[in-house]
Amino acid sequence: MNGCSDLTNRRQLTRPSSVKIHEYQAKSVLARYGVPVPRGEVAFAPGEAADIARRLGGEVCVVKAQIHAGGRGKGGGVKLARSIGEVEQLAKEMLGMTLVTHQTGPEGKKVGRVLIEEGLQIDRELYLSVVIDRASASPVVIASAAGGMDIEEVAASHPEQILREAIDPGVGVVPFQARKLAFGMGLDGAAANKFAKVLAAIYTAFIETDASMMEINPLILTKSGDLLALDAKVTFDDNALYRHADLKEFRDLSEEDPLEVEASKFSLNYIRLDGNIGCMVNGAGLAMATMDIIKLAGGEPANFLDVGGGANAEQIRNAFKILMSDANVQAVLINIFGGILRCDVLAAGVVAAVKELSVNVPIVVRMEGTNVEEGKRILRDSGLKFTTADSMGEAAETIVKQAKGGK
Amino acid sequence: MAVLLDRNTRLIVQGLTGREGTFHAKAAAAYGTTVVGGVTPGKGGTTHEGWPVFNSVHDAVRETGANATVIFVPPPFAADAIMEATDAAIPLAVCITEGIPTMDMLKVTSFMRGKATRLIGPNCPGVITAGQAKAGIIPGHICKEGRIGIVSKSGTLTYEAIHQVAKFGMGQTTCIGIGGDPLIGTSHIDALKLFAADPDTEAVIMIGEIGGTAEQEAAAYIKAHFKKPVVGFIAGQTAPPGRRMGHAGAIIAGGQGTAKEKMDALTAAGVRVVKSPADMGAAMKEILGR
Repeated sequence: MNGCSDLTNRRQLTRPSSVKIHEYQAKSVLARYGVPVPRGEVAFAPGEAADIARRLGGEVCVVKAQIHAGGRGKGGGVKLARSIGEVEQLAKEMLGMTLVTHQTGPEGKKVGRVLIEEGLQIDRELYLSVVIDRASASPVVIASAAGGMDIEEVAASHPEQILREAIDPGVGVVPFQARKLAFGMGLDGAAANKFAKVLAAIYTAFIETDASMMEINPLILTKSGDLLALDAKVTFDDNALYRHADLKEFRDLSEEDPLEVEASKFSLNYIRLDGNIGCMVNGAGLAMATMDIIKLAGGEPANFLDVGGGANAEQIRNAFKILMSDANVQAVLINIFGGILRCDVLAAGVVAAVKELSVNVPIVVRMEGTNVEEGKRILRDSGLKFTTADSMGEAAETIVKQAKGGK
Repeated sequence: MAVLLDRNTRLIVQGLTGREGTFHAKAAAAYGTTVVGGVTPGKGGTTHEGWPVFNSVHDAVRETGANATVIFVPPPFAADAIMEATDAAIPLAVCITEGIPTMDMLKVTSFMRGKATRLIGPNCPGVITAGQAKAGIIPGHICKEGRIGIVSKSGTLTYEAIHQVAKFGMGQTTCIGIGGDPLIGTSHIDALKLFAADPDTEAVIMIGEIGGTAEQEAAAYIKAHFKKPVVGFIAGQTAPPGRRMGHAGAIIAGGQGTAKEKMDALTAAGVRVVKSPADMGAAMKEILGR
């Protein structure tokens, strides 16, 4: 496997990062604010699934695998059941299976929970989402009559079917905006009124929960004239989690890379990739640039690791441990531009970590900035074998050579 | 000349009495910046490291004639601090704080509309005018007076650019870290406009990152209006943006915000785009022909 293909469903490297939750959790948040959702419950075992189906009653149930990725239907993660027995059987098949979709990457994601929902008679499928638009610095509502499909594809092939409405954050959704979107999607008067209520509810939910995105796809109009969120995707701004204790509990650690979870405990921004050159860098931009230059030199980064601007020796040691826990790492490039983080502190932290972990892979250190001479002296006097480089270019070329010829 | 900061800058520090505020107030003063005081609500009337402390930005401006503020206030209180500075009509507010919730910045952006204060950041390293003044955390000793303006989303990559410029015997006018958050006070375009009007700035290094469309918008501006040479670098070329849950943001943006989109737009606008972050200084030297 080549390149960063396994990044596809990992956290974005762009800042800031956001917190993902499961569909059933997203629906519970939306329902709390008055967005109608199908009746349903989550199950962790087939027996539970059957009990839920019994409680729901009705002719048809839907069994939906809960993973942090889209495209589940095509991957076999959403199925209809016409009996309690079938619900139990489908839940049994799905729980524990590895679901591969276009968003999970080839390794897929293991299913640990399934959502059991009532089946509904669908008349129309619409699309509705709220995001923050950077350019206008306002929340924007996106709606489309072409729901139930990949909205990216709709935007590319039929841009006229994508309706947008910027919301003045000081005013909120004004009723005419809801009407504009509803009639734009071809809804009749009764459905337009219901849509206005759904829009007001999702907008309030978006603002009050510090969401970074809320997406309902599809928003269905049933044969009996009701609007419901049949699927929901919600992400939250993790900078705001401090004021949402309830949302923190939604976190599903089994969906996250264990090393990334470990790193987050030390406020380190770490993302595992599939190369063999471990990187330790300060600053997200410089960390991305370091990955870029490793690739340009013909190598493959094993990770993205930003130790932050104010790291101390202890954090450097923890960072190094996490970096080295990845068995693929065959060489390490340390690229630090000392501003607040002093090079001597960095060097001392690295020396301590290398000694403690008895690291035996080649390490190239490129340091610049505050107290750089002292930092270099600490590395020289450590008795350990470091290669030092004077520029990013030299550092990248050296580490790629060492990673190839090294082990 | 230069932009934003110079010898006439009178700087206050919001959050002066905190650890970061104290450390960087001292560093700014050591660099030659006229630091005139600080604001820590509740500690007004005291002094800290020899500087007067005020309860409000209004008081500080009235008493000291401050014309710039640098904000080192923890994330839950930072939006409030920016809006207070805006209400005091201080011309320049530089917010270093990392981790301000986007919803808070939404309020800040609304509040600041039509008002006199320019915001730099948040989540940025701040601003430095080489040899004159600094507001923020950019290390002064790596800068050298010269004629290159630098604008960057990324902190340490800004230092890298400063370092490369110096290595090739050139220097800087002003270096502006605009920050990488979704909602920021000063965009690449805003910074370019400042550099366009500054006779001392001969050329600009512009550093972007994947995500959003600010760099594409800057490219359009450069093509239409910006006459000075620009060297550009986009970080994240090899990091395909992970597919988030849904793509609503990308649709609004009219693109994925990939490095390639940004590099192509900048190249088409006549910017000398370097693939390697190690080549920023060399490319600038080559363009200026000396």
